[in-house]
Amino acid sequence: MNRHEKAKNFKQVNHSVIKIDALQLALGKDSYVADFVPRDALTIKMLWSPHPHARIKSMDVSKAEKMPGVKAVLWYGNVPRIAHCTAGQGFPEPSPYDTFMFDKKVRFVGDRVAAVAAETEEQALAALEVIKVEYELLKPVFSLDEAMAKGAPVIHDESEAHVPIPIPYEPKKNLVAHVACEAGSFEKGLKEADFTFDQTFETPYAQHCPIEPYTSMAQIASSGRIVITTSTQVPFHCRRIVAKTLDVPVQKIRVIKPRIGGGFGCKQEVLLDDVTAMFALRTGRACLWQFNREETFRTGRTRHPFRIRLQTGVKKDGTITAINMDCINNTGAYGGHGLTVVSCAGSKVLPLYHCENIKFDGKSYYTNLPVGGAYRGFGATQAFFAMESLMDQMAEAIGMDPMKFRQINHIREGEGSPIFAALGEGREGTPMTVGSNALAECIVQGAEAIGWKKRQDWRGKTGRYRRGIGMACLMQGSSIPDIDMGAASIKINEDGSFNLLVGATDLGTGSDTVLAQIAAEELETTTDKMIVYSSDTDLTPFDVGAYASSTTYLSGEAVRKAAADAKRQILATGAEMLGVLVEEVHCEDATVQNKDGSKKVSYSDIANYALYQKNQYQIIGTASHITKKSPPPFAAHFAEIEVDTWTGFIRVLNYVSTIDCGTAVNPTLAEGQTEGGTLNGISYALTEEYLFQNGRMMNASFADYHIYSMRDRPPLQTILVPSYEETGPFGAKSVSEICINGPAPVFGNAIYNATGARLNEFPFTPEKVLKAIQAVEKK
Amino acid sequence: MTKGTHTVSFTLNGEKQTFDTRPDEKLLTLLRREGYRGTKYGCGQGTCGACTVLLDGRATYACLLYAMQAEGRSVRTIESVGTFDNPGEFQKELVAAGAVQCGYCIPGMVMSATALMETEKDFEDEIVKEYMDGNLCRCTGYEKIWVALRKVLDRQAAEGNKPAAKKTSSKGAKNEQA
Repeated sequence: MNRHEKAKNFKQVNHSVIKIDALQLALGKDSYVADFVPRDALTIKMLWSPHPHARIKSMDVSKAEKMPGVKAVLWYGNVPRIAHCTAGQGFPEPSPYDTFMFDKKVRFVGDRVAAVAAETEEQALAALEVIKVEYELLKPVFSLDEAMAKGAPVIHDESEAHVPIPIPYEPKKNLVAHVACEAGSFEKGLKEADFTFDQTFETPYAQHCPIEPYTSMAQIASSGRIVITTSTQVPFHCRRIVAKTLDVPVQKIRVIKPRIGGGFGCKQEVLLDDVTAMFALRTGRACLWQFNREETFRTGRTRHPFRIRLQTGVKKDGTITAINMDCINNTGAYGGHGLTVVSCAGSKVLPLYHCENIKFDGKSYYTNLPVGGAYRGFGATQAFFAMESLMDQMAEAIGMDPMKFRQINHIREGEGSPIFAALGEGREGTPMTVGSNALAECIVQGAEAIGWKKRQDWRGKTGRYRRGIGMACLMQGSSIPDIDMGAASIKINEDGSFNLLVGATDLGTGSDTVLAQIAAEELETTTDKMIVYSSDTDLTPFDVGAYASSTTYLSGEAVRKAAADAKRQILATGAEMLGVLVEEVHCEDATVQNKDGSKKVSYSDIANYALYQKNQYQIIGTASHITKKSPPPFAAHFAEIEVDTWTGFIRVLNYVSTIDCGTAVNPTLAEGQTEGGTLNGISYALTEEYLFQNGRMMNASFADYHIYSMRDRPPLQTILVPSYEETGPFGAKSVSEICINGPAPVFGNAIYNATGARLNEFPFTPEKVLKAIQAVEKK
Repeated sequence: MTKGTHTVSFTLNGEKQTFDTRPDEKLLTLLRREGYRGTKYGCGQGTCGACTVLLDGRATYACLLYAMQAEGRSVRTIESVGTFDNPGEFQKELVAAGAVQCGYCIPGMVMSATALMETEKDFEDEIVKEYMDGNLCRCTGYEKIWVALRKVLDRQAAEGNKPAAKKTSSKGAKNEQA
């Protein structure tokens, strides 16, 4: 029996149970932060910097403070100045402490200047207009070249800027982070090659565009504590970071995460909560701050743009002899995630293909542009564009089918990569061998679905409309080994239902449902018996939060262990009630029964017995989980496109996403993750871009920054290819991030296959594609 | 909220109501303030559709409309469509299809689909897309929303002898045909 066949015997896991909050959300019931705002809440508005780089010479808020309805104004003159990091990572962060609640310096268009809390939005906006600010303009830095140049303006010249762990950080050179490693010898590998390649790729800015903008509300409870209800992916990190920034004890803060209207990484950033909490403290009132869409684009976090120089060597037989990946990312004005995103560009990409000589160098630089953050795919998205583009070119050079070239080179079960050990997050990585890998099958099924066999060389193609087929192979990780921790607790109620309390953060992904299924599977009951609560720093156990593709794999295993703990107690009490030894009973269909089923007692009766009748106690299981591995999910993506060679316009005829996520705990939700991430990736590859004028993002609306609508959606096919990850809950590993990495390289390769034009930067807008086609025709 | 300087009267979910307002207040703000919070703020620019309500049966962005423009007209919100005990047809299918991820766009989607179902006789794909084009979703890739919607529309078409869509591009809809 294949290991993944095991999943067929599961009763809750590997079933598409209905997402537990779906009806509530479809009905429009109060669910999100802004739905819980009291009528008398104050509205917060921020005065944003209009300049990319300036020092504030003077500021006068006195007039604003006296404006009608204004309850408080915050600016650098009346708040604590505490260097911190908003990245929403574990502690201590592998990111610089380079941010203050308010500062005397502004570092990008959209940086904070001063904030007002007033009775109405109109009053708050009116007050912002009368805040007087005098700026001393400084020379801005708008590109990596300008940031790295000798004598470049120093963006973080404040004395407090530092990284809390010993890693390279040189703000005087605008250098946010530097990480490097080498396995084998790249130089030696290059000498062994028959063909060598050296190309540079550029990837663009992009925004997550959750339909719910960043939203945070803070209130003062009757106890005097600060209660923050916020659209966050990281409630516990939020509590810790706000406590630090306000200089109040963690004990004084409660963070509640209700339903979240999408995040995709941007709500890992703790971007609003220090201000809402400070206003609540100052005014004693509930204070709401919701970004508008412009603010979400300009001040919200973005995907780090990368410049990637990729050098490789390949032998005629298809052996990749050398890879050197040199990544430079632009973190924008603040350095959160600078190191980790660039590390993941190496660690989530380079292990995919066999190669004995791999070198990696990653650097991050400040600029006076919007700030990079965590975004689904997290560095792997950018690096896979380079890697998979070059894979096709290597295959062509040696005259091999690019699919076959990938098939003979990709990592297999039981194999490791020196990169796993070399590249961690702010420290060395964790050695690992791949325990589950259905990539080979993903490639076969994806190729079949797209019709790979009909793919032909571009040189024979003529006419205005030319079709091309492209592919890419992908991997990601599942949680950060040795760093991330998730915990859960589960207790029984009289009717045999369970309260499952998790710190894990469902931000719309369906993780509450997935975790309920895992608990129900372990407890031999049904998912509808689970009352899931996520997450609340007062009530639920700790969890690092929703990032790094960790929830199913890491928090899921914590839930399974907590359920197993509760199950032991249920078995013991059941055996006591049946008058038999605990070794003689097992759990089945929400009962405890002996081997032949002649004696049984229901969970409900067990709960009543334990709560009310004899030897009373609360049946409650609790567990924490850390991982030693970060098992990669694998995927092969394929697309067929049609290029209009007169206009450069690309039409996507068919897109196939395969995915090996181990056991799909909920196949429908796993498909949904893949479909959503893939379409986001398609939109990112073809149309999304930030347009700047003097550092100001000019297209801050969905009218000008186009994300795909139902009409734009091309035919999309998702294929779940099962494997079984022994270290994950019921064989599961991660699913949500990997899919966004595919479209850019897949389309790049398909455009080449259609026209012979190779584009090393995207989005593949008609203008860019046309220019590239014309360059081919001139040759 | 400061005291309203004006009043506005309109039929809200079938019931004639009068509210305090000001000339610069948007319908979305008024609705949410008055407890109709299923209508969401997503962009304030009339581009994402999370705030979609029906104004005299037409799908309308409540974030762009001034509350006073609703004077004398009929406004319907998501609250009128379904309840836990009796969800709307499309709501039921959305849930069954696994089409609700974060769910923030869903009430708006439901309202646009309601306008479609109550206005059109022909549910050809192109017409459906026309109606749904103004509702953005970043989570689902629209696949399962499409599947759910097609299911409802095809059923309605069959019941009302309306022509079902001929051709479709989606995997889900293909499965429907199979």
